[in-house]
Amino acid sequence: MNFRHLLALPAVALFAVAGSVSAQTVVGVTATEIKIGNTNPYSGPASAYGTIGKAIGAYFNMVNEQGGINGRKINYITYDDGYSPPKTVEMVRKLVEQDRVALVFQPLGTPPNSAIHKYMNQMKVPQLFVATGATKWNDPKNYPWTMGWQPNYQTEGRIYAAYVLKNVKDAKIGVLYQNDDYGKDYLKGFEDGLGAQASKLIVMKQSYEVTDPTVDSQIVNLKNSGANVFFNITIPKFAVQAIKKAHDIGWKPLHLLNNVSSSVGTVLKPAGVEASKGLITALYLKDYTDPQWKNDKGMLEWVAWMKKYYPEGKLEDGFNIYAYSVAQTLVHVLRQCGNDLSRENIMRQAANIKNLELPLLLPGIKINTGPNDFAPIEQSQLARFNGERWELFGEVLSAGSH
Amino acid sequence: MAPRVRLAVVLAALALACVLPFFLSGFRLFQFTQVWIYAIAILGLNMLTGFNGQISLGHGAFYAIGGYTAAILLSHFGVPYGWTIPAAALVCFVAGFLFGLPALRLEGLYLALATLSLALALPQVLKYFEHWTGGSMGLVLAKPEAPFGLPLDPDQWLYYVALAVLALLFWLAANLLGGRVGRAIVAIRDNPIAAQAMGIHTALYKSLTFGVSSAYTGVAGALSAIAIAYVSPDSFSVFLSITLLIGSVIGGLASIQGAIYGAFFIQFVPNWAQEISKAAPWAIFGVFLILFTYFMPHGIAGALRWLQARMAKARGAKPVS
Repeated sequence: MNFRHLLALPAVALFAVAGSVSAQTVVGVTATEIKIGNTNPYSGPASAYGTIGKAIGAYFNMVNEQGGINGRKINYITYDDGYSPPKTVEMVRKLVEQDRVALVFQPLGTPPNSAIHKYMNQMKVPQLFVATGATKWNDPKNYPWTMGWQPNYQTEGRIYAAYVLKNVKDAKIGVLYQNDDYGKDYLKGFEDGLGAQASKLIVMKQSYEVTDPTVDSQIVNLKNSGANVFFNITIPKFAVQAIKKAHDIGWKPLHLLNNVSSSVGTVLKPAGVEASKGLITALYLKDYTDPQWKNDKGMLEWVAWMKKYYPEGKLEDGFNIYAYSVAQTLVHVLRQCGNDLSRENIMRQAANIKNLELPLLLPGIKINTGPNDFAPIEQSQLARFNGERWELFGEVLSAGSH
Repeated sequence: MAPRVRLAVVLAALALACVLPFFLSGFRLFQFTQVWIYAIAILGLNMLTGFNGQISLGHGAFYAIGGYTAAILLSHFGVPYGWTIPAAALVCFVAGFLFGLPALRLEGLYLALATLSLALALPQVLKYFEHWTGGSMGLVLAKPEAPFGLPLDPDQWLYYVALAVLALLFWLAANLLGGRVGRAIVAIRDNPIAAQAMGIHTALYKSLTFGVSSAYTGVAGALSAIAIAYVSPDSFSVFLSITLLIGSVIGGLASIQGAIYGAFFIQFVPNWAQEISKAAPWAIFGVFLILFTYFMPHGIAGALRWLQARMAKARGAKPVS
């Protein structure tokens, strides 16, 4: 090849690129298939979440066996990002540009989703039902292609604040929180909910790093602060320690435990049912380890599905219930799309969910979205642990009604 | 290899790298951009570990410092991104030099542990300066567009920026390591006492090497922050430091070109491993690692040298007619 040919090459390539830009907006969909992309941390420090990505795949397998969605099979492509934002960017770009998926579903974690937030909205590819409780995913005006799913942490924090204000006289509140976006989001919602009195009511705040070995000393400090309310914002490992330690040193505050660690099987039982008695949390999903759902129809169906399609998954692991429910939400949206599976219509239908009830959501909790409401689940119900199971009490609470 | 042949090979490789953007899609190009960025970081580590014999398990920390320097200058001060790269180099040079001073007292494994602690601590330290670093939420940046109305999309432009920085830094490194300074650095690795007897200021050279090495890795971190358009503490876990060391060893420790081979390895092999087995990608990666270290004990660069020597020998053995 001589030099002039070499110069001509880029020009040719540019034309080729320009030609393919005008592609239609129906990407990743054929008459028989719809391509859905996902990233999950199958390796690395957050790999406990990896079961969500696998369970979602198992759910889609069932949908496909039953004939798919309007005759189209789901082709689910999931990559490991190790919870590392640069890897998420690489993998999501691969999904969008090389695999050419119709949408990216349930990428997991606040930092990984933050890293692709702009990109997805520039490319106009749905970033649907992201697996994080941060509040920023509900921003349809600036990010019309991104939507969350679970109740966000701030909303939940406000629910606890309302409960304290209503039920505790002379509250002196101690808070233990994880020093990251998750812990701070909860804390912000809680403080907002307490309003102007927040700085007076909260007598002590203690934080921990996710890499810390224990939170024992924080619990001792909180007890010594004289707090009679304890807002416990910890992930399961630390929740077990905190509940145990508080019990061991004879601290008996009104103990509010964040939903993240509400599993009976993986948190309350290991911490000791005696120590866990009286804990209060806000729930939106049913818990397999909670005996009250033992004969629940939705739960029985879920167990049967787990055994058939995801036998290597753990029944006690609440993430599998989460994955099942979020996958059902997506399937609902895609069914609602009918034959128009353009990216625009997928977002339109995702923002058009009306009173959707799912078998594993608590009774009375409904999923609703709208063009200005990109927060699918906004309801929770308070529950108190009676030594055996969560006893739901009060009404189903929603973000606006406290 | 004769110098002229070597130059031709380097130029051919560079020309090939220059035309790549016109054959690859945005996503592939992004991967190659990552390769060039990793290569710069690994070259930095190579100088320290390969040429100077100081083991670092914490170069991810300098990568992070470089990345955050660029990100903070971009988002808080509106500095043009082009200036954030030399700024990152400067900040990391100072940080590396200062860290190198106490590290002088540590040898071998103890230095490795000290640097590891740096990599462990930094992600948490970043969270404490939330006002500047955005805490665990990180900082979202704008992606730079091509200047002067060049007909390039942001991916192509970033690719050329990374490639240009790579070429410049490799040229500088080749000059630095090929001359007196380079011989001094290697002499310290091979026999510090003899080096001192020859009049080399060991302490100064070691600290300077640490500084330059960190500066290289910091530049890579800054480029990475610009290319990803996002930084957060999770982007710079301990695993990054280990990955850089893997790239350095697999590519070839005391080799400049080895950094590029190593970068290809750490960028693409984990992805291949994932394609081979979703269930145990890191087990597959481990197998690759063992195979490479077993069959290429001096890295890919070492294997290529050996191959060349064999070929030269075969040619040399031919009877002269």
